[in-house]
Amino acid sequence: MTDKLNRKKIRRIFGDWQLYAMALPCVALLFAFAYMPMGGLILAFKRVTDFSVGIFRSPWADPWYRNFELLFRGNPAALSAMRNTLFMNFLFISVGTVFALALALSFNEIRRPFYKRLTQSISFLPYFISTVVIGIFVSGMLAFETGSVTNLIHSITGERIRFYMEPGYWPGIMLAVNIWRLGGFNAIIYLAAISGIDPQLYEAAEIDGASRMQQTWHVTLPLLVPTIIILTILAIGRIMNADFGLFFNVTRDVASLYPTMDVLDTYIYRALRRSGDIGISTATGFFQSVVSFALVIVSNKLANKIEKGSALF
Amino acid sequence: MVQVKRRITPGYVMVVLFVGLFAALCLYPFLMVISGSLTSRSAAVMHGFSLIPKEFTTDAYTVLFTNSASIIKAYQVTVGVTVIGTALSLLINSMMAFVVSRPNLYGAKFLNIYVLITMLFSGGIVPWYVICTQYLKLTDTYAALVLPMAASAWNVFLIRNYFRSMPHELYESARVDGASHFRIYRRIYVPLAKPIMATVLLFAALAYWNDWWHGLMLINRAEMQPLQMMLRAVIANIQFLMAQSGTATPWMNEMMARLPSDGVRMALVVITTGPIILVYPFVQRYFVKGIMVGSVKG
Repeated sequence: MTDKLNRKKIRRIFGDWQLYAMALPCVALLFAFAYMPMGGLILAFKRVTDFSVGIFRSPWADPWYRNFELLFRGNPAALSAMRNTLFMNFLFISVGTVFALALALSFNEIRRPFYKRLTQSISFLPYFISTVVIGIFVSGMLAFETGSVTNLIHSITGERIRFYMEPGYWPGIMLAVNIWRLGGFNAIIYLAAISGIDPQLYEAAEIDGASRMQQTWHVTLPLLVPTIIILTILAIGRIMNADFGLFFNVTRDVASLYPTMDVLDTYIYRALRRSGDIGISTATGFFQSVVSFALVIVSNKLANKIEKGSALF
Repeated sequence: MVQVKRRITPGYVMVVLFVGLFAALCLYPFLMVISGSLTSRSAAVMHGFSLIPKEFTTDAYTVLFTNSASIIKAYQVTVGVTVIGTALSLLINSMMAFVVSRPNLYGAKFLNIYVLITMLFSGGIVPWYVICTQYLKLTDTYAALVLPMAASAWNVFLIRNYFRSMPHELYESARVDGASHFRIYRRIYVPLAKPIMATVLLFAALAYWNDWWHGLMLINRAEMQPLQMMLRAVIANIQFLMAQSGTATPWMNEMMARLPSDGVRMALVVITTGPIILVYPFVQRYFVKGIMVGSVKG
């Protein structure tokens, strides 16, 4: 009986061989570039002096937490990178969300279709530009001698600011860059949610004499709250990860900006490629991966609780 | 629908201005770079970069064209990688999407989770780097610029959701008629999913065109670098020259003064980013559609 069932199942699997063959390239590439690195995380518990020895043949660290000890004890640079990552992401999430929301609500109010389409298309353009080019844009504005903003400040106050020497300005600069880059993109997500609102609600509000402002405040915003909460929760799930390209290219990787602009991803990169602190870089990476994973799981569960089907899984 | 002609209120004027100001700020750096690429260095130092070149010069482009061999090479690399990578990623991600959208397939659930996990958990760059260089031997190969980005969980799910929304009878009747799985995928599902395929194609093409990360990590030979890395290298070289010029001889300083270094950098931006800006007006609605589809359900 069970034998017969098994045979039927086997015949079905053989009958679908084309489907398995079609899945194979994707499965293989994900295995190579996603699953193998996951396995490689055990590097954090190994004593690696030379990568060519390989992950498995490298000896275990002694004691097993040696790399983490190097990371957490007397290593202010790593702690500063962690603090910067959390702080910058906090800025991006809070101010970025408010801005994208304001932009989406404004787009929604514009009555001239041409003006609306034009401004929306332009505000979405920066999303298409690589961070290398954004770095050149920023240096065109902030360079000491030739920057347009530096010169504007010079013509008003008579002073030139050495932006690339002063880390204090950069959280604000980076926030502006990030809003410039993603504001239009995020506004579209909110616009999608707004377009899903039942128009009858506005008609009812209008009959009750609500002004445009009141309609936005009492109809649109409350109905957007679930979307806002979900996007925020999902963003918090990624709070340990910074956009490497943004922090690497826009700051031009200038050492004088590390106090505020060195994030975990740039720190790990430098430890890996420049200073050769392989132990510390693997431990930092392990820490980041594991904490991120926990945060992503929790945030997705939360998002799903608020609105079923809104999360990644 | 109640359509009331609304008056122009101060609030409305503010909204119009806010939107217009943001759009202008989004456009400003592009115009500044175009103008900057046509500005002489002395004018840039005197007044800073502005929207209209103060002292018009095409020196920067002359410098680029006299050294065009490396630029053409980098262009070839980027175009080649973008074309091959986009085609490959569209093919393998849509095939995977087709497979995981088959409800009766033995193991479809496992494959779904297999793809999903790559979205939730990552080994990070250190093990990734070791795997790529020591085990997959990707250093200084063009495969390093194509393969790591080809499979994407995000794209698989985007296409999968579209396939799932198509009526299952399409598949069943074709099966009854004796069509193979691959044939159904190629002749029925892909043609009907054109809108989402266009979106994924554009996102993939953009990712390949703008990629510098894989060049930075895995390519050491200058002649194999894509455009974006070349742009980075030029920045680094100019920084080096600038740093040197502080202690250099008067002759060196004079050379530096004549060489429109910022201009060269900006001219290169115009050349590398130009194609994106040129196709942007025609393709942006597909991106908007893609984001909207993706935001409804990831």
